Amino acid sequence: MSEMKTAAYICKGCGLGERLDAAQLSKVAQKEGKANLVREHDFLCSAAGVQMIRDDIEKEAVTHVAIAACSRRAKAEAFWFPTVAMARANLREGVIWSQPDTDEAREGTQEMADDYVRMACAEVKRMKLPAGNTETGHNKRLLVVGGGVSGMTAAIEASNTGYQVVLVEKSGSLGGWGARLWKRIPFQEPLKDPVETGVTDMIDRIGADPNIKVYLNATLAKTTGAPGRFAAEIAVESGSVAMEEVGAIVQASGFGTYDIAELPELGGGKSPDVVDQAGLEKLAVEAAARGQPIRRPSDGGEIRTVAFVQCAGQRDDTGRHLPYCSGFCCSTSIKQAMYFKDVNPAVDTVVIYTDLRVPGSGEDFYRSGQEKGVTFTKGKVTGVEPGSKGCTVKFHDLILNDKDAAIQADLVVLATGQVPNSGVNVDIPEEEAAKMEVKPVSILNLDYRQGRDLPQLRHGFTDSHFICFPYETRRTGIYAAGPVRRPMDMAQAVEDATGATLKAIQAVENAELGRAAHPRSGDLSFPSFRRDGCTQCKRCTVECPFGAIDEDEQRYPLFNESRCRRCGTCMGACPVRVISFENYSVDTVGSQIKAVDMPDEFSEKPRILLLACENDAYPALDMAGMNRIQYSAFVRVIPVRCLGSVNTIWITDALNSGYDGVMLMGCKHGDEYQCHFVKGSELANYRMSKIDDTLKQLALETERVATYEVAITDIERVPQLINNYAAKINEIGLSPLKGFA
Amino acid sequence: MAKKEYAFYPGCSSQLKASASNYLVSVNSMCEKLDIKMTEIPDWNCCGASVGYGEGGELPRLAISARNFALAEQHLPGQDVVATCAACWLASRETIERLDASAELMKETNEALAAAGLTYRGQVQARHMVEVLIDDLGYEELAKPVSNPLEGLKIAGYVGCQTNRPFGIAGESFENPMYLDKLVETLGAESLPKYEQKVTCCGGALAFSEPDKSQKQIRDIVESAYDHGADLIVTPCPLCQANVEVYQSEINKKQGTKFAMPVTYYSQLMTVAYGGTHKEAGLDGHIIAPGKLEEIAAKGGKK
Amino acid sequence: MSDLNTQAVERYRNNFLKEVEENVEEGHWVKMCMQCGVCSGSCPFGPHWEHPPQEIFMMIRAGKRDEVLASDSMWMCTSCYNCIVRCPRKLPITHIMHGLANYAHRLGIAPKGQPTREFAKLFWDNMMKKGRVNEMKLTIGHYFRNGIGAGIKEAMAMKDVGLGMLKAKRLNPMELAGGHGLKDLKGFHAMVAKAKEIEDRKKGFVK
Repeated sequence: MSEMKTAAYICKGCGLGERLDAAQLSKVAQKEGKANLVREHDFLCSAAGVQMIRDDIEKEAVTHVAIAACSRRAKAEAFWFPTVAMARANLREGVIWSQPDTDEAREGTQEMADDYVRMACAEVKRMKLPAGNTETGHNKRLLVVGGGVSGMTAAIEASNTGYQVVLVEKSGSLGGWGARLWKRIPFQEPLKDPVETGVTDMIDRIGADPNIKVYLNATLAKTTGAPGRFAAEIAVESGSVAMEEVGAIVQASGFGTYDIAELPELGGGKSPDVVDQAGLEKLAVEAAARGQPIRRPSDGGEIRTVAFVQCAGQRDDTGRHLPYCSGFCCSTSIKQAMYFKDVNPAVDTVVIYTDLRVPGSGEDFYRSGQEKGVTFTKGKVTGVEPGSKGCTVKFHDLILNDKDAAIQADLVVLATGQVPNSGVNVDIPEEEAAKMEVKPVSILNLDYRQGRDLPQLRHGFTDSHFICFPYETRRTGIYAAGPVRRPMDMAQAVEDATGATLKAIQAVENAELGRAAHPRSGDLSFPSFRRDGCTQCKRCTVECPFGAIDEDEQRYPLFNESRCRRCGTCMGACPVRVISFENYSVDTVGSQIKAVDMPDEFSEKPRILLLACENDAYPALDMAGMNRIQYSAFVRVIPVRCLGSVNTIWITDALNSGYDGVMLMGCKHGDEYQCHFVKGSELANYRMSKIDDTLKQLALETERVATYEVAITDIERVPQLINNYAAKINEIGLSPLKGFA
Repeated sequence: MAKKEYAFYPGCSSQLKASASNYLVSVNSMCEKLDIKMTEIPDWNCCGASVGYGEGGELPRLAISARNFALAEQHLPGQDVVATCAACWLASRETIERLDASAELMKETNEALAAAGLTYRGQVQARHMVEVLIDDLGYEELAKPVSNPLEGLKIAGYVGCQTNRPFGIAGESFENPMYLDKLVETLGAESLPKYEQKVTCCGGALAFSEPDKSQKQIRDIVESAYDHGADLIVTPCPLCQANVEVYQSEINKKQGTKFAMPVTYYSQLMTVAYGGTHKEAGLDGHIIAPGKLEEIAAKGGKK
Repeated sequence: MSDLNTQAVERYRNNFLKEVEENVEEGHWVKMCMQCGVCSGSCPFGPHWEHPPQEIFMMIRAGKRDEVLASDSMWMCTSCYNCIVRCPRKLPITHIMHGLANYAHRLGIAPKGQPTREFAKLFWDNMMKKGRVNEMKLTIGHYFRNGIGAGIKEAMAMKDVGLGMLKAKRLNPMELAGGHGLKDLKGFHAMVAKAKEIEDRKKGFVK
């Protein structure tokens, strides 16, 4: 490997030259930063400026570049030098745009800039150019688990895009719930009538597609590997076992219906004249086969009135039934009411609802239902009492506030919800799961350290970042699609499966190149670990939010780099600091912390370290700068990949070297998390809750370390938090540890 | 500019000695200044107004409006029917909308018209005088004849309901129409665009049958004008004008207020701004005299 | 119960919605209401309705025929059209309310002595006399609707308003004697009679 040669570039554009002493910055880079080459430029991101750097890399054999200009989030295309290690000192957004342009402020502003140059020079020297993950996989086939509408869509879309598919279906035929429907809700204009499901066509297409290999009556007995090199052991009912190599997996294992026997108060399980929506589809299919209208199940009598009870066992706040809304059932009831109205407009169909939720084009379909004479009554059903001929539906009319409203119905349809078919809840310990009445059956049977199925978030649905990347699960290369991910209707499932398939294709392509998948898509760095220092404490294997780390026979961590999302949570977890990335390590950050020039205890210049999540907190700070929102000049900001990557050594090092306070800013955690790495922010918060002991050991106030949840939109709040914290430090006084470092 | 000609549908309240007779006087003066020729539809009849539904039903109401159209088509072919009264305009627009949408209703309406020896061919456009002013002439044209600008007057533009909903003036919002404010500015007075009661209902015909409920509405309308420092209220609707002006004394009597807020028509403002006299502007037809407007009119009359 | 009402009840049995759709002006829109309540919240007289429009629509669907038709609610409509322009489903609510009021009035089951109902009838009859409204007669008629005694009392209470209007030449006692009228009053009357006849036939108002 060629020798390290560092170069620092000081930009004087965008007002930097006027507000800062560039010669002083150059001196800092040279004397303290020990850069081999230092250059100033009036307009560094211009073609000439960029060419200057490029020339230095080529002709001067520069290997490490520190650019002191704007934020690393700006001008990324101009400053794109893939052959060298690079650090950025944020002098624009982070210094001159966040500080007042006054004589009094000049000294503090220059000190900030000097420090950021010191930090960039220190950081870049500890960085290596990432070489790319060598643990690549080259298999580009997709495994689709589940042969319902979601799974079939995934298979067809993948094949259309040129990828081969292995489709595993538990039952003896493809189609899933979709095949059991009489008609479906229309997806496009005219949004007036129920239409053919199209499921038969999909089954025929798959049958005729040489790219798609189908296993029926089959389940996954074992799944091992990583993106690009998964191995699936497929157990077929007949007893045979097939092995298939695939690059990524789409899990479309669908849903079950909520059992109406759980709803006796609504007549569930008490009369054949009370059915769920699936039951009504069955009646409709049978009636169509007979060529007759739907008859009353109990006695074959004529149906004059049908009542649809919405939210049956859903949106329940008593804790007995499903707490959530399944989203599809209002439109389904409208469709089913049309089954009757389209045959005989004289049949009364009443939909009793509390909030009619018909998202998207469902509004037009709802209107069509009204035009056809379906009656919509806003009310809460309090009971269904089966009688000799039909049932009495009692409800509280919410518009007329009539608590004793009732109608007689020949048939009652309960709109029950979707229960996800997501396999084993990996958060429940195996011994506890063994005691459960109904033993959960695994879908994927993953041979992973962290459990056999995709982690779940709430109500049994698989965990995914709801706002930013809904298809990503917490197992890289495995994508959940359809109602296993969240409740949804058929149109949404088709869209969902298409999206998940594209993500799976991306995953196999990234895996082949040794690059990270979302959200650090394309990142070539990967965690490496120093085996001789490892104490086998297992924190990394337990805490990795993505289950990327297994354990080998000797119980050392076994990194599966292709499964890794490069968040650094393992690095933050490691008590002996043996885990690092080539360009992001305990040392790259630690050296920055130490590079800051620490004024003495008589200076009245506190120093506050801010470790800011680069996904939300750091952009919020940049935007604060763009909006010229000012904050304390005493703060030094270091972006981190995720708060989960923060190793507590950074905190103790900072406090020991005389920092007066440390702020950590990460994303929201908990059920409504916004952390890009799902658990990083939560883990950091947990770790910091234990930092008080360390502070006590150091005889420091607990306020010296503070953790915050911020969002990317907190453009005004983040500077305010900094200023409040600076005021707090001023209140408790400078750190007594100053000067000892 | 070629003289604009319209088939005029003045409506019952604008007749001589009726509640909006001064409206008619000022409209005539205004049209003369703007060189607009209004020819009354011969033998026009009442539109049924907003309480006609109670006894009248649907088809009789459509028929009486259609009779006016039939007469306009016959005697003033090609001319738009222009109403000055909000209710007349609304009833006419509604009739056109219903008949255009239903061949059956059109047939039945003509069956009824035949009993009066008339036919409606469905070619009439019904428009409000304000539409003529804004759409056919435009604010720029309306500013030209201003010789006696209404300087120093603060005017609350009270649009009310029926010139605003459900049809309204093109380009205006139902919740916050601005045309009266723009007109007021055009005439050199100060508009009060934040006057929040500009589309509040005055009670309409129910001012008669439900006086207490209506007077609560009227109180809000007047009180807000005072809050905004208005010298007077301007409106395009004769029923709004009458209700808001004449019931102030009742409200004063019952609620101890001291309301004396003049309520005028836009056509009165325009006539005065165009140099018309007190009489030409129909300023003698008020129960609450619009003092400041009268002063300006007196100034203009001297010129 | 009037004959017309009895006939209607027998014809539609339990289907009040159908009755409204067939007999009430713009009644076919009732089923399209989505129960958002914007109409009720937008009505200037909203608090005075026993059943605001949203409820009326629900009651029609629930078959509450007598409660709807005998209600004084629809007579609270000032024809301000606020509900129409705000209805997200574009229901012509004002017209439906007018239609319901008219239907109840025609069946003879609208509330007796309801002031707007009385005034509406007075207005129409006044207009029918000459083809144009005679405001003087309308005003006098209105104040004396409950008999001479009550009329004098109400008219005296309103005498300031009346005198003001007289002074401003906007109410003229001479109108009592004659007033404006149509030249072809005969044709006008024949036309309205014919329209009424067609409508009655269509809606089954034939005794």
